[in-house]
Amino acid sequence: MTRSPADVVIIGAGVVGTAIARTLAAYSLDLVLVDAASDVGTGTSKANTAILHTGFDAKPGSLESRLLSRGSGLLRAYASAARIAVERTGALLVAWTPDQVAALPGIEANARRNGYLAVRPLTAAELYAREPALGPGALGGLEIPDESIICPWTTPLAFATEAVTAGVRLLLSTQVTGIVSAGDCYELATTRGPLRCRWVVNAAGLGSDTVDQMFGGGGFTIRPRRGELIVFDKLARTLLRSILLPVPTARTKGVLVAPTVYGNVLLGPTAEDVGDRSDTATTEAGLRSLLAAGRRILPGLAGEEVTSTYAGLRAATEHSDYVISVDGRRRYACAGGIRSTGLSASLGIAEHVAGLLEEAGLVLKPRPGPAASPPVMPYIGEAGVRPYLDAAAIAADPAYGQVVCHCERVTRGEIRDALASPVPPADLGGLRRRTRAGNGRCQGFYCGAAVSRLLAEGGAAVGAGAGAS
Amino acid sequence: MTGGVVVVGAGPAGLSAAVELLRLGAGPVLVADRESEPGGVPRHSWHTGYGLRDLRRVMTGPAYARALVSAALSASADLRAGTTVTGWTPGPDGTYAVTMTSPAGHQTVQAAAVLLATGCRERPRTARLVPGDRPAGVMTTGELQQRVYLGGERLAGRALVVGAEHVSFSAALTLEHAGADVVALVTEHERQQSYAAFRFGAAVRWRVPVWTGRVVRRIAGRERLEGIEVADVRTGTARFVPCELVVFTGDWIPDHELARRAGLAMDSGTRGPAVDTTLATSLTGVFAAGNLVHAAETADIAALSGRHAARHIAAFLGGAAAAAGPGAAAAGARLVVAGPGAAAAGARLPVLAEPPLRWISPNAIGSAAPPPLGRFVLRSAVFRRGVRLEVRQDGRLLARSRPARLIPERPVHLGAAWLDRVDPAGGPVRVVTGT
Repeated sequence: MTRSPADVVIIGAGVVGTAIARTLAAYSLDLVLVDAASDVGTGTSKANTAILHTGFDAKPGSLESRLLSRGSGLLRAYASAARIAVERTGALLVAWTPDQVAALPGIEANARRNGYLAVRPLTAAELYAREPALGPGALGGLEIPDESIICPWTTPLAFATEAVTAGVRLLLSTQVTGIVSAGDCYELATTRGPLRCRWVVNAAGLGSDTVDQMFGGGGFTIRPRRGELIVFDKLARTLLRSILLPVPTARTKGVLVAPTVYGNVLLGPTAEDVGDRSDTATTEAGLRSLLAAGRRILPGLAGEEVTSTYAGLRAATEHSDYVISVDGRRRYACAGGIRSTGLSASLGIAEHVAGLLEEAGLVLKPRPGPAASPPVMPYIGEAGVRPYLDAAAIAADPAYGQVVCHCERVTRGEIRDALASPVPPADLGGLRRRTRAGNGRCQGFYCGAAVSRLLAEGGAAVGAGAGAS
Repeated sequence: MTGGVVVVGAGPAGLSAAVELLRLGAGPVLVADRESEPGGVPRHSWHTGYGLRDLRRVMTGPAYARALVSAALSASADLRAGTTVTGWTPGPDGTYAVTMTSPAGHQTVQAAAVLLATGCRERPRTARLVPGDRPAGVMTTGELQQRVYLGGERLAGRALVVGAEHVSFSAALTLEHAGADVVALVTEHERQQSYAAFRFGAAVRWRVPVWTGRVVRRIAGRERLEGIEVADVRTGTARFVPCELVVFTGDWIPDHELARRAGLAMDSGTRGPAVDTTLATSLTGVFAAGNLVHAAETADIAALSGRHAARHIAAFLGGAAAAAGPGAAAAGARLVVAGPGAAAAGARLPVLAEPPLRWISPNAIGSAAPPPLGRFVLRSAVFRRGVRLEVRQDGRLLARSRPARLIPERPVHLGAAWLDRVDPAGGPVRVVTGT
């Protein structure tokens, strides 16, 4: 490779890495974003509860609390500009036992210490007035009116699109396997050849401790915690209005029921420590325990069809807080241990990391010309006007009236646009995350073959059958 | 179009209904189908056996689909493929403003009656809560057939078929046609459930083993399918079976989204809209036919169901016109319920199939009008021989069938001669198993 060294290589194109890339892209820097996977946002970023947290329940005074509070505000504004689907549904934290009722004042006080003041207590009657389908036995709760649901797929895609448009080189299917320091440069060994740079940012999520060790780190170890989730049919969406949270335990935030921006209902997650960093399989026991919990929280779910099940791995560590540090001497930044709030905090983390990098000696000189604005992404939420409902869009281009995926009402125009986008999908899962095609209740019974054909015509890799998304 | 009928779904039921409506002069009829080609599931089902009871000749699925489409076009149905019906709103005059979207844009069509014929699909692996990884190579028969017969795909490797009913054997045949090696059919039941007489079944039956009493417990493979874990239902003993493809067959569910969004009363057994013997739903002027109300019967039965609904829609529209004079078909529509001995709309009696019966269709009684083919169709959850079906109302025995054999996923029929013995003011009608 004869190219001059990049200023910064960001390892990991999940929601945190892409956020850092788009934040640094505002400055005159030569940036490279690498990921071992064939798409952005394929790890923890794609398989989570898709909630835009306020941070009301974070540990006061922690870095997570601060970045979550800052980041969720930034992301709310960014999402609005980039057309990332967000719905401010609010959350109700429901207590089902006297012990849980006793914990409510502490949770409320904690929220206030985190600077979240809109929290307020609710009686059982108020809970049932808001959520008539709530199962029997709720004793009281808290309302967190700003908890929101968000599209976890469009978010890293928007960040990556903004970064790529600003000139960041995005290298996918490129795994960093080693690192050699050469004077004022690093040479990263990757599965696609060497890559030279001055600074490295580690945002490798579930692999962040491995990358950290390459830099002589070892301050933390990723202990993947698997969360299984069940997605119910859109016809279940009328069962609830808000996110229904349990009273958390020391170990986990517990099983919640939440609407999704795609109009479904989500139930989960479980919390299970697993050894394998790629084991995103669902289990019989996990799904069974979720269904039992779901029946208690929202009995109406028992009569609804399941559309999908999946599992994600949270990048938990032995530390309770984020592990974010910059070492100016080694020109190395690490943003690890971002367990389950990375999506909500992503822009806060990126801003924080950029600040630390500057303090450590990376020169952040604003790019000449007008400041970049968020890209306008294809809207794939259910609350807004989708192309099949948009008479003007169809009149201008009949492809937006040609529904290919019937369950999710995805048109040929949207699939074509995704294939031609700045960060195109590499496979069926990638297309699903960009358009929702194939994500619906039939899981490909009607459209699987047609969607695969469109994808193959667009040049992406296609495997028969419903692939992971 | 005003004053006509909108049929949602251009499969066997919808197309047959359109032909019958136009034959009876109950037009105009608009048939909308969201797929790019009309014809429904038979389009991609290449085995023979279609058309037996409705067209009185036997042909392959695609030939059958073409025959139905051609008949609907000859009858001057306004057939619109690539058109998704998104819903409807009732107007003050009893008509419905049906909204649809297509590459031509949005359209709203006034209809005096609506027929839902949206069919059914197979539950995919996710809906069956089969745990494990989520690799490519896992699909339903519907997707398999479209890949192979509409897309011309070749499929290599070992394949497992989950299920052992008619459609499962059809899937096995499709897999072999596409180049895959079918390892086995896997069913939780104690035996397979296909008819010996089905030739497409017989073609693979002697070559492919059927593993009975076994469930798929886990799917393995990160990117591509590597195999599935199959467990013995009784002992729980599991073993890993390497394969590259797995096809989940049967386990039908009606495509009931429009029905539910419109607020139609639903039947908890069939999971389709509750329909009476005229195939009227709980909403006056809205009918439902085909595999939306009995998932899944064969295509010819679905077609005859569509034809049956068409006759009652014509009677409904004609009755409305007769009641209110020409040009006011819709105005009187709400007051009229078709069929002899008509009960008031909304005063329908439910017909309940009790365990081990899973469902019955039709599942409401609004009049003594006979159901399609003069019989009710039921499903059982279990295998059982020599079972008599008993029809009871408030403990009173209305009828008892001859001994029948119950087989899961296979139809059981119940005659309808007892309908005039039902007390319209009584409780629900219950169908129970006796000996």
